Amino acid sequence: MTNVQTNEARRPTLPKDERVKELHRLHKALIRPELGAISGTIAVFVFFLVLAGGTQMFALEGVMNWSTVSAQFVVLAVGVCLLMIAGEFDLSLGSMVGFSGMVFALLVMKLGIPVWAGILVTMMLCACLGMINGWLVIRTGLPSFIVTLAFLFILRGATIWSAITFNRQPVVSGVGEVAAGDPIAWLFGGEAFTGLFQWLGQQGVIATFTKGTRMGQPVVSGIPMLIVWAIVFVLVGQWVLTRTRFGNWIFAAGGDPEAARYVGVPVARVKILMFMVAALCAAFLGIEQVIEFRSAASDRGIMKEFEAIICVVIGGALLTGGYGSVVGAALGAIIFGVVQQGLFFTNVESSLFRVFLGSILLAAVLANTYIRRMITGEK
Amino acid sequence: MAARILEMVDIRKQFGHIIALSGVSFDVQAGECHCLLGDNGAGKSTLIKTMSGVHVPSQGEIRVGGQAAHFTTPRDAMAAGIATVYQDLAMIPLMSVARNFWMGREPQKGIRPFRRFDLETADAITMQEMRHMGINLREPSQAVGTLSGGERQTVAIARAVYFGAKVLILDEPTSALGVRQTANVLTTIDHVRKKGIGVVFITHNVRHALAVGDRFTVLNRGKTLGTADRGHISAEELQNLMAGGQELAQLEASLGGTV
Repeated sequence: MTNVQTNEARRPTLPKDERVKELHRLHKALIRPELGAISGTIAVFVFFLVLAGGTQMFALEGVMNWSTVSAQFVVLAVGVCLLMIAGEFDLSLGSMVGFSGMVFALLVMKLGIPVWAGILVTMMLCACLGMINGWLVIRTGLPSFIVTLAFLFILRGATIWSAITFNRQPVVSGVGEVAAGDPIAWLFGGEAFTGLFQWLGQQGVIATFTKGTRMGQPVVSGIPMLIVWAIVFVLVGQWVLTRTRFGNWIFAAGGDPEAARYVGVPVARVKILMFMVAALCAAFLGIEQVIEFRSAASDRGIMKEFEAIICVVIGGALLTGGYGSVVGAALGAIIFGVVQQGLFFTNVESSLFRVFLGSILLAAVLANTYIRRMITGEK
Repeated sequence: MAARILEMVDIRKQFGHIIALSGVSFDVQAGECHCLLGDNGAGKSTLIKTMSGVHVPSQGEIRVGGQAAHFTTPRDAMAAGIATVYQDLAMIPLMSVARNFWMGREPQKGIRPFRRFDLETADAITMQEMRHMGINLREPSQAVGTLSGGERQTVAIARAVYFGAKVLILDEPTSALGVRQTANVLTTIDHVRKKGIGVVFITHNVRHALAVGDRFTVLNRGKTLGTADRGHISAEELQNLMAGGQELAQLEASLGGTV
């Protein structure tokens, strides 16, 4: 009976049991880990539609603006979400964003290696750093909070040091020109569906510039690749987490590593792999930012690790691991991006951003705790 | 006499200079419930862990189906058909019953790299197996945390049985349960026994043992004090053997015979 290969014929059909009360369909649809994040997203959009409905915020340009900012949060939040469900933290991810960008820019500008090779080398280096983080946590049994906190400082220091040492200033510029002709750089800094937007502009569906050098071109020339990537990350992340064997292992590794090990789940491997995935997400964001802004800055990514954790927690994940949702984390990231950019459109004092965000975080966590208790029967 | 599936012959186990087991003999037959009784510190845990491959015995022999076996890891024991359901259950309360049931052995379908967890099959089999055990789940995606302690024990037992256990070791399955849930677990033990699986029921509750046991072995200070068949031993005798006779008799007298 240990055969796990399955076929349709073996799947039993079950008669209904009259003693088991059917849950109301609406109740069933509503009570899910993402409920808090879904309600939060709706609340935030209603809030800004009322306050900033008449501004540029909900014009095409405005939408692109906050979508791109949200996408930055989404990319990192997906990695952090999977890592947190596996029961670990990585506080070095913000530093990793700055570090990867700086390594990439220095490789390209100072060593003169092609952009595509620079991307590859940087990705591999960051995956290794993620692996070291994970290995240290597993081998020493220290909390990942402490181990990665050390790397928060190490990587940030290394970033600033390398910029000053090899470039004599904390910013490495000129990457844009070098990346222009590269075969894969457009995957990071380019735009998708430019043809479609061109056509929509010609048809008069979207506004076009009426003067200047770009006259006749649409005001929004395409969807930034970052947004496309963010959607891909969320879909792949959610699929792996909820639909694959490995996803079950991620939940198990975070839920109770001892119990998981006992039934044969390779907990150490799962956790280390998740550290690597999170590091790769950070490296992806770091490289994307260098190509988009045409330069690397040594202060990039500061506080990103905490922002990503906030997104994930708003999305319904449990800080102690074993529970969470990638879609929820993405919604948390959208809330974050919309609030950050929305307050700019409404001309509200920007310091209120933090007040507002803190309130949302608190409300979401309270709602999530309540929902989770309903689902899991926690006391 | 039914076939002996698992035999432990004169097992000794030392940890440094501490002797945990000093000559334990114990066996399990197909389709019986063999109760292992002992007070705290009698060596029950060490014996279970030796049977399930966590500890390697210092001396003595383990035989599976008459053949000598050497377990060095829990995986060896599991491969030989010996499943252990520990007190803390090895269940993850945050995860659904189906996800727990299949944890580590998830059925898959589809072609690489799109191989996925066959949730439909997993759910259907989980529901079916739980129903065999007399538990009607609301849905397989129900979290284990929503189940009672007795139901959680039953999920763990059903999992072990489904994955081909020949010997099922239950480590104090009733110790943290209420009366009704205990009754459910004892019923489950009876179910499992009727499937021809040998059950080792570890407990220090004589009443629970007598309710389902076919044979009773008492462990005291790292030694087996012998095995008795059902109907040949009374609750008082078991109680006294467990506690080492004399002292308990005195205690009991002072408490008016209620222990």
